[in-house]
Amino acid sequence: MQLFRPGANTIAMLVIAAIGATPVLAVGLSYQLMRSPYATDQNVTRNQPVPFSHEHHVSGLGLDCRYCHTSVEKARFAGMPPTETCMTCHSQIWTNARMLAPVRESLAKGQPIAWTRVHRLPDYVYFDHSVHVAKGVGCTTCHGEVGQMRLMRQAAPLTMQWCLDCHRNPAPHLRPTEAVFDPNWHAPKDQAEAGARLAATYHIHTDHLTDCTICHR
Amino acid sequence: MTIRRLLCLMMLPAALGGCGDHSMTQQNRYGTFTKAALFRDGTEAQVPPKGAIAQGELDRARQVATPPPVDMALLARGRERFGIYCSPCHGLSGHGDGMIVQRGFPAPPSFHSSRLRAADARHFFDVITNGYGAMYSYAARVEPRDRWAIIAYIRALQQSQRTDMTEVPQLRSKLP
Repeated sequence: MQLFRPGANTIAMLVIAAIGATPVLAVGLSYQLMRSPYATDQNVTRNQPVPFSHEHHVSGLGLDCRYCHTSVEKARFAGMPPTETCMTCHSQIWTNARMLAPVRESLAKGQPIAWTRVHRLPDYVYFDHSVHVAKGVGCTTCHGEVGQMRLMRQAAPLTMQWCLDCHRNPAPHLRPTEAVFDPNWHAPKDQAEAGARLAATYHIHTDHLTDCTICHR
Repeated sequence: MTIRRLLCLMMLPAALGGCGDHSMTQQNRYGTFTKAALFRDGTEAQVPPKGAIAQGELDRARQVATPPPVDMALLARGRERFGIYCSPCHGLSGHGDGMIVQRGFPAPPSFHSSRLRAADARHFFDVITNGYGAMYSYAARVEPRDRWAIIAYIRALQQSQRTDMTEVPQLRSKLP
């Protein structure tokens, strides 16, 4: 008596193969999920109390990043502008705009505007803006095309892998000092040589740039 | 029924294990500009108590009192800072026609007017520090040394608009 049809062998092999492949695929899938924009919050546009447009202020008006983010060259934190900085211009321009009502209210009450944070690193990560801009890493290298963003969004994944990619090989991203705050900078054709030259001028040594204590202190 | 009970029991440790965040992504400390229940105004960014003296305050006072010697490095710094903080209104050449003025801000006087050409450096320093008319104070944004650097650059701008061609003969070949 024959219990199994001839095709049963194939099915049995497929089932065994599937049992073997499932854990591998599951690990691969969860790894991909962990790094996907869904998990890293990449490209999520956040609602803000005032719909501040970097596109208008950076590309339209040509304001330098440092006009508002004043501590970016001096401190770990790039600095969020106090309401006074907004009012430097908006005490005279768009003084009745409904969009700016929270700014006026903030000034009148002496209460800071509660912006929704867009870039958040885990608390166990030490990050310092000042050293990055001093060593030729430009704003848009990490923050993306800020001059095209009507509302702020996180352009980079901000994963450890992403940090390490640059810490292992910074040369392709390095800019000359005068281009660090240029929102429209693009790597020149000879970036390979220029980057290596800049790394030498900035005294960037990659041999210790991936030490644990560089970012975890 | 027993299988369902068993499943529920198996889920329990998993659910309990999820309690609390053990990843250390959010640690028990305040970050810059975060909400802080500890303080009455609810923010981590506290104003120093009255009478507190910041570190480096003496040095800063010295910087205010004595202008640094003018060299190319100071002029370059002044040019950079002028571009960031002044050019939006005063314009890159100092005529008072910057982008913000083009968008409706009251026009500031040109640096090339006879009044501002005659004004002494301290006047510019005081205006940057305290503001003037519609202009806000830039004391919190521009360090005293940078204020002097900006003033040196304004002097260079003023010079650039009143220079006789005979003084720079090599320039003629570069002009259109």
